[in-house]
Amino acid sequence: MLPKQMTSPEDAAPREVLLEVDQVTLRFGGVVALDNLSFQIYKGEIIGLIGPNGAGKTTCFNAMTGVYRPTSGEVRFDGEQVSGRKPHRINRMGIARTFQNIRLFPEMTALENVLVGADSRHHTSVIGALFRLYRVKPKPEELPVVDSTNGLLRFWQQVRRSSAQVFGISRHTLEERAGERKALELLRFVGIADRANDLARNLPYGYQRRLEIARALATEPKLLCLDEPAAGFNPAEKEELLDLIRKIRDRGFTVLLIEHDMRLVMGVTDRIVVLEFGKKIAEGSPAEVRDNPKVIAAYLGEPADAA
Amino acid sequence: MTEALRQFNERRRHAFGGMADRWRALPRWQRWLGVLAGIAFLYYLPFLGDIPGTNLIIPGLDWFRTDSIAGGSNWAGVLFVCALYVLVAIGLNVVIGLAGLLDLGYVGFYAVGAYSVALFGSTQSPVVQSMQRQFGLSEEWAVAWAVCIPIALAFSLVAGVLLGWPTLRLRGDYLAIVTLGFGEIIRIVAKNSGWAGQAQGVAGIPGPEGPPSADNTVFGLLKIEPWYWLALTVVLLMVLLVRRLEHSRVGRSWLAIREDEDAAAVMGVYPFKFKLWAFAIGAALGGLSGLLFASRSTFIQPETFNVQLSILFVAMVVVGGSGNMAGVALGAFLLAYLPERFRDFSEYRVLAFGLALVLIMLLRPQGLLPSRRRTRELQDRAKEAAVNVA
Amino acid sequence: MNFDALFGNLAQHTVDGLSKGAIYALVALGYTLVYGVLRLINFAHSEIFMVGTFAILGTWSLLGITDTPSIGMAIVYLLIGLLVGAAASGATALTVERVAYRRLRRMNAPPLIFLITAIGVSLVLVEIYALWMAGFFSGRGFSENRLVIGIPAMLKQETVISVAGANITNVQIIMVVSALVMLYGLDQFINRTRYGRGVRAVAQNPDTAALMGVHQDRVIMLVFVLGGLMAGAAALLWNMRYGITKFDIGFVIGLKAFTAAVLGGIGNLRGALLGGLLLGVIEVYAATLTRSTWEDVAAFVVLVVVLIFRPTGLLGESLGKARA
Repeated sequence: MLPKQMTSPEDAAPREVLLEVDQVTLRFGGVVALDNLSFQIYKGEIIGLIGPNGAGKTTCFNAMTGVYRPTSGEVRFDGEQVSGRKPHRINRMGIARTFQNIRLFPEMTALENVLVGADSRHHTSVIGALFRLYRVKPKPEELPVVDSTNGLLRFWQQVRRSSAQVFGISRHTLEERAGERKALELLRFVGIADRANDLARNLPYGYQRRLEIARALATEPKLLCLDEPAAGFNPAEKEELLDLIRKIRDRGFTVLLIEHDMRLVMGVTDRIVVLEFGKKIAEGSPAEVRDNPKVIAAYLGEPADAA
Repeated sequence: MTEALRQFNERRRHAFGGMADRWRALPRWQRWLGVLAGIAFLYYLPFLGDIPGTNLIIPGLDWFRTDSIAGGSNWAGVLFVCALYVLVAIGLNVVIGLAGLLDLGYVGFYAVGAYSVALFGSTQSPVVQSMQRQFGLSEEWAVAWAVCIPIALAFSLVAGVLLGWPTLRLRGDYLAIVTLGFGEIIRIVAKNSGWAGQAQGVAGIPGPEGPPSADNTVFGLLKIEPWYWLALTVVLLMVLLVRRLEHSRVGRSWLAIREDEDAAAVMGVYPFKFKLWAFAIGAALGGLSGLLFASRSTFIQPETFNVQLSILFVAMVVVGGSGNMAGVALGAFLLAYLPERFRDFSEYRVLAFGLALVLIMLLRPQGLLPSRRRTRELQDRAKEAAVNVA
Repeated sequence: MNFDALFGNLAQHTVDGLSKGAIYALVALGYTLVYGVLRLINFAHSEIFMVGTFAILGTWSLLGITDTPSIGMAIVYLLIGLLVGAAASGATALTVERVAYRRLRRMNAPPLIFLITAIGVSLVLVEIYALWMAGFFSGRGFSENRLVIGIPAMLKQETVISVAGANITNVQIIMVVSALVMLYGLDQFINRTRYGRGVRAVAQNPDTAALMGVHQDRVIMLVFVLGGLMAGAAALLWNMRYGITKFDIGFVIGLKAFTAAVLGGIGNLRGALLGGLLLGVIEVYAATLTRSTWEDVAAFVVLVVVLIFRPTGLLGESLGKARA
């Protein structure tokens, strides 16, 4: 099945393929979970992957993020094969995900959770953190500030500033500071900065979902995969989430959204892929998909907002 | 009776919990002063009760010294052992407390460190003797003590990596049994190999001043205070370094792996790499401690490094409060000090040790000075259990 | 490497190894049962075995055996020993569960806490026997401590059959056969009875089993008792073979038995038997090859190799799933 014409609100220019699912079949014993499935994800779009319960959405998602290895066919990201790589390598390639059943680090604060994500782009390891010998020449804005009016303290600050100019600052320190700035900025971006220092487990449900998104964004992915991010949300919260997803796209991330809730997907995606029994039954713009008789048949008898 | 104990425990928890919060609320310079005073006190400990340079004594403090009882051990010697064990506990805490890996063969690394300095530093070791013959060196030649330090560190690091590489993929319980086996293998190899001195071990192990002799002025055989100060200095240095790790990308990764390994991997943390680092760092600290032990005793034999010692090491960490350096240090100190101070009951000391382990685990599973995170984790687990039962 | 010694009499070494492994296998069953249900290494299980050896030898020596008895009496003594050993080990196992583990289970404590508690219990048991019970059982009063107690051989070891150059003694036959019989009985119990079904249910999914009306505490007590019974039987075999015990014998046997359980696939009853027998054989081979210096190393090396290539042991894990 070839992709139908690509319709997108903005442009008709040829677009770059970011991730390609190429004739992927996945069997578990005798069960065919994915059946010769092919579709592409283009840079900069929000794509929805929908289907009734048991259609293979999560299986497809797991095949794309390297959890399962396809029986045949392959998944390529930026031209490189994904399947068979270790999870942290896949993250490094630029795929980040959230979990359907939230999996934060419960005993770490919100900020620390995001820092773990940010760390994936850092290079300090044991030796660097222990001895801090790897010095980097700091940019002017990274130098220690001299702002005290107390003479002694001011002198001390000046000493630190000039020693930083002469000897540089250790990469560890710079990365720690940059990571913290980035984490705080992301927490603000998803709207939960007011509880940055609370433990993840003590955050309200909606905050936890957003924190997962912030943590995934901190790994600077090219593709952000959200696995039912609106599960358990009320309509008002869903609306806020849609805004957040659009804002994420506007920052240049590509977003893959797996959802149950048709209405939510219709409201935000540029393109939708519909699965049923492991097969792709439709692909196209939300309007096209909505009118597709196969999709209607697949969802018939099932309320569109079943969550 | 357990009820009464629990109530007592509750009350004490209130008192001490408040103290910890008050400490954290103090201004920074006051905390610094507190820490400095604490360190000064640690260096003063060998003279506990005396005022150095005078004949005055401070009454009461004397009671704590192990030589205050008949037939008691040398007080500085006990302190030296305490410092060694604290060093071990800090290393093992990286493995158990921070990375959450159960290592029951830690004595193996301790032995590797001890044997490194013994085999390369002592003129009586088969290894050195064969090198003398091989290269036509004099009979007094041996590797200098200072050079033995990096050798010991390297050997124990390599041992940690060699053990960790194949086994870290195993599940927790299996890791425990495999490491237990590793500790035994090291001991048996030392016992059965001619190059390791077999069952009679190796003697003449050097210290900072060279081979043991009556001429050594500072690190001698009789005056043990300098040894204690040396070990204490090493401990403080290591505390500093491990703290740096704890508060870095590495420490965060360990924590994330302990909390949810799969989620951490998806967030770009390579669990295997960081676990292996934890293992190697722990091993190096164990090796360092073994090196100090061997240098001070000038003589080692394989039977010293038995499984019971491994178990004692794990017990120090868990009793003290795994995950918290102050806690594990306290655990190590108590388990080394109490049996020496209460020698009158030496017949019953293993029994008392066993009973203490059971009671502490039943009444205070998070350890004596727990890390805050661990306490919460245990409380949450208990809550979940209660929900499941209801 | 002394290959001549090994291959010159391979059959004999194999038989020796199997009879040695029978004890490991029976003790391993205790580890496997508890692990299968609770996911917990019952570190104190080795001491449950040790208690059994003392109870049996103590009873025998209190009965006043001074010389090897006649066959008829020996059978009576062995049966008494089996009863006493099973009772002592079973009761100890139950006590350990009640005193040390139950509270921790209620707290849902992490495995490390269980492990340290088990080590503590183990030390306490060892010391109780070292300080008081050994003296009591040898009839020399409580104050005598750290005694080694022994009695004359219960059965005279005689070669009954010779197969392929191996002289098989009566004691060896009894050891291997009784290990097989005990396993068969246990296997039937777990797979055929109502209680056994409860054990399997809890092993598979404790929460669901609880919802289905399985009394979890009772099942756990049951597996501890069963493990204790097997340890008691192992203690009998030990006494029959060696006729001597000491407060610290548990540690090494326990370590080997746990290795055997992991080797066969922990949580798997048949795996425990296979692992035990295999470990016994490996040890005897290694001892012969290296003139017994590397016996203990061989066991661990095999364990590590098996775990690396087959992390769930030879026969796979799970008391619930595998056919016991």
